[in-house]
Amino acid sequence: MASRAPFYALVLLLLIAGIALTMHRHLAYDIPWLPGETRTSWSIEAKVDFDAEGEEVIASLAIPGTQPGFTKLNQQTASPGFGLSYESGDQGPRVEWSKRQVEGAQSLYYKVDMLADPYAIPPDPIKPPQLRTQVEKEPYATAARQLLQAATSRSASPHTLARELIVEFNNQKQTAELLSQVKPRLEWLTGLLQQSGIAARPVHGLYLEDGRRRQELTRYLQVYDDQDSDEYALFNPETGKQGKPDNMLLWQYYSAPVLEVIGGSNSSVSFSMILQEQPFNVALSQKFEDEALLNFSLYSLPVEEQAIFKNILLIPVGVLMVVLLRILVGIRTSGTFMPVLIALAFIQTSLMTGLIGFLLIVGVGLMIRSYLSSLNLLLVARISAVIIIVIGMIAIFSIMAYKVGLTEGMKITFFPMIILAWTIERMSILWEEEGAREVMLRGGGSLLVAVVAYLAMNNELIRHLTFNFLGIQLILMAMVLVAGSYTGYRLLELKRFKPLTEVDK
Amino acid sequence: MTAQAGWLNRIRERYAHPGKLHKAGVLGMNRRNISYISPYNPRSLFPLVDDKLKTKELALEHDVNVPELIGVITEQHSVNDLGEMLAGRDGFCIKPANGSGGRGIMVITRSDQEGYRRSNGQHIQLGGLQRHVSNILAGLFSLGGKPDSAIIEDLIHFDDTFSQFSYEGVPDTRVIVFQGFPVMAMMRLSTSASNGKANLHQGAVGVGLDIGSGRALRAVQFDKPVLLHPDTGVNLLSLQIPHWDDLLNLAVDCYEMTGLGYLGTDIVLDRFKGPIMLELNARPGLTIQIANGHGLLPRLRQIEALSKKHKMNAAQRVAYAREHFSESTIQGV
Repeated sequence: MASRAPFYALVLLLLIAGIALTMHRHLAYDIPWLPGETRTSWSIEAKVDFDAEGEEVIASLAIPGTQPGFTKLNQQTASPGFGLSYESGDQGPRVEWSKRQVEGAQSLYYKVDMLADPYAIPPDPIKPPQLRTQVEKEPYATAARQLLQAATSRSASPHTLARELIVEFNNQKQTAELLSQVKPRLEWLTGLLQQSGIAARPVHGLYLEDGRRRQELTRYLQVYDDQDSDEYALFNPETGKQGKPDNMLLWQYYSAPVLEVIGGSNSSVSFSMILQEQPFNVALSQKFEDEALLNFSLYSLPVEEQAIFKNILLIPVGVLMVVLLRILVGIRTSGTFMPVLIALAFIQTSLMTGLIGFLLIVGVGLMIRSYLSSLNLLLVARISAVIIIVIGMIAIFSIMAYKVGLTEGMKITFFPMIILAWTIERMSILWEEEGAREVMLRGGGSLLVAVVAYLAMNNELIRHLTFNFLGIQLILMAMVLVAGSYTGYRLLELKRFKPLTEVDK
Repeated sequence: MTAQAGWLNRIRERYAHPGKLHKAGVLGMNRRNISYISPYNPRSLFPLVDDKLKTKELALEHDVNVPELIGVITEQHSVNDLGEMLAGRDGFCIKPANGSGGRGIMVITRSDQEGYRRSNGQHIQLGGLQRHVSNILAGLFSLGGKPDSAIIEDLIHFDDTFSQFSYEGVPDTRVIVFQGFPVMAMMRLSTSASNGKANLHQGAVGVGLDIGSGRALRAVQFDKPVLLHPDTGVNLLSLQIPHWDDLLNLAVDCYEMTGLGYLGTDIVLDRFKGPIMLELNARPGLTIQIANGHGLLPRLRQIEALSKKHKMNAAQRVAYAREHFSESTIQGV
């Protein structure tokens, strides 16, 4: 016999590839092992208020994008009568409202859903700002220089300099007071860092708190490692604490104003937000909606196709059940994979309804078929007649069930009719040739396999795993291959050959 | 605890330990398929035995005894010629050329005023026969439902020796031939339970035969040992096959003509012609082991390990099998 090594290598390869793919999806896309997990998403509403002066109005609001920690799911606006456009230029993503003539107090709404997502993939890294040196007036320039010198001597890198500078502002309160008369501390910090050749800018963050209304933006200091890299750190300009709090969403981070209103006055923006727990698959569907080509995920398909795939990907599980029950147990079925198709129908109908419906149709079908066999018809015509009879029966049972008030009975239409017709035909021949006992055995075996396949395919965990991890298919393949080379005894053979172990004594 | 123990005991009573089966050398279905059928029976040779028409042609070429062919119907429109074809025939048998597992075989023992009498005692008219032929042509009995042709052949005039052993139907002898060696044999006797058919799973009695002598070893029905024929009451262990050497040689000839390494040959004894090959099977069943009370594996392995087997001719191989696989030899060892 030929060496089995290539075979086992193939099986091993399939197993490894399957497990690797599965692990990759779990780790890279944050898909949980268990079904029913939820993901947190924030629904944030920005309300822009201003008084229009009766002329053209353009209001432009900075909006957040996908960033480390958050994935942008979707956005919408409410602004009756205003023209609307989403811009994305040097100033980063913005929403722009415009109107030819408007007067009085105006309120514009922008709503965005952000998924709390440690695996968020930001579209483009944010470039560091250009370095600009500002000339400050005396005596402020000297005061600021002192602070900078003290901080520089205690620091070693852009980040440590930023931290020490904030510490210096906190320690030398008087100098800080003096400086804040000209412009806020954050702008001094930015200016001084820029002066030292460090790319830094103020950014606007939003603290997320469930149910919070009228939340204001918080200003943070963003400091880049150096001019060419995309690595940066955030600093709280008051405390000097480094790093972004988990519940803070960066709203504006492109060196641009948060809100610009032309043709209006008293403009302000305030935020309200709520937390939502979404099933992870809903969240993932939204996440991958826009990037179909970027990743090979079923979540990039439309919802309807997703539902179809959910069932298609279950078929290998049902097939594996058939393989195991036939090869390891030795159950005989009528039609190799007929039980899988019946099990698929059970998924639609629920088990009890499905079983009763199946037995009803096949039972009545067998009776009618026994009359057909006396008509002496050719095979194709006879099976066609059986198909029409099956359809008729399904229609009649559905109507009867509906009239009686059993809406469950309507689900009988989910059965694959051609398969049922063939089942009836085969059973009928089997009955004529080998008697009722064989029909019961074969039919019972088929139903048993169908029920086992149904239980496996309808299992919430298995449905979750097969749909979310395509690598599982490779593992199933490996299992089928291994089962295909099993040379041991089948379970029922242990019973069948029992007499042989008693002979020799 | 006791309920659990009882449950365990019941399993132990009904199911054999796999290790024990292995020790008894029992060949299981999976191992038969993987280790014997797929390496020794090349797929390309299967049509030779699955298509009974081809088997018959091949047998005639190689001078292997087969039942006389009355006619072949391959087209639906020739079904009407059936009456003409059968005129003057008393007993005959209609088979699908590509049937599987004995399906679609209709045996007519004689014709009288009431019509044609089937082997199970029922009467059937010409119309019924024509319908049966139509079913065969449409592929009802063939694997995968492919269109088929119907073979009509002469009934075997079976040897009176067995009239006491069989209830209706023709008792046939199944010999497993492995690489040209007859390794195990049994006779299948139809019963009322099996409807006059010789299929074991339908209730026919299987009688294990000693390869050395052609004598009965033990008998089983529905996989359970029996001593007396359930219908005729005759002691099954008194069975002795005449022309045993001819029968084994015929079985070995079937290997020569098909080239199938793991072959089931169904042979009947005709009153006039002696052993006749009825049918070949490239996937012979495993019940023969129960009928014999022996597993097939030790014998198959012995043949596999045999070094000079390619130099042996048919007669030598039969002699080798009769010597080594005889009950007396096995018990002697």
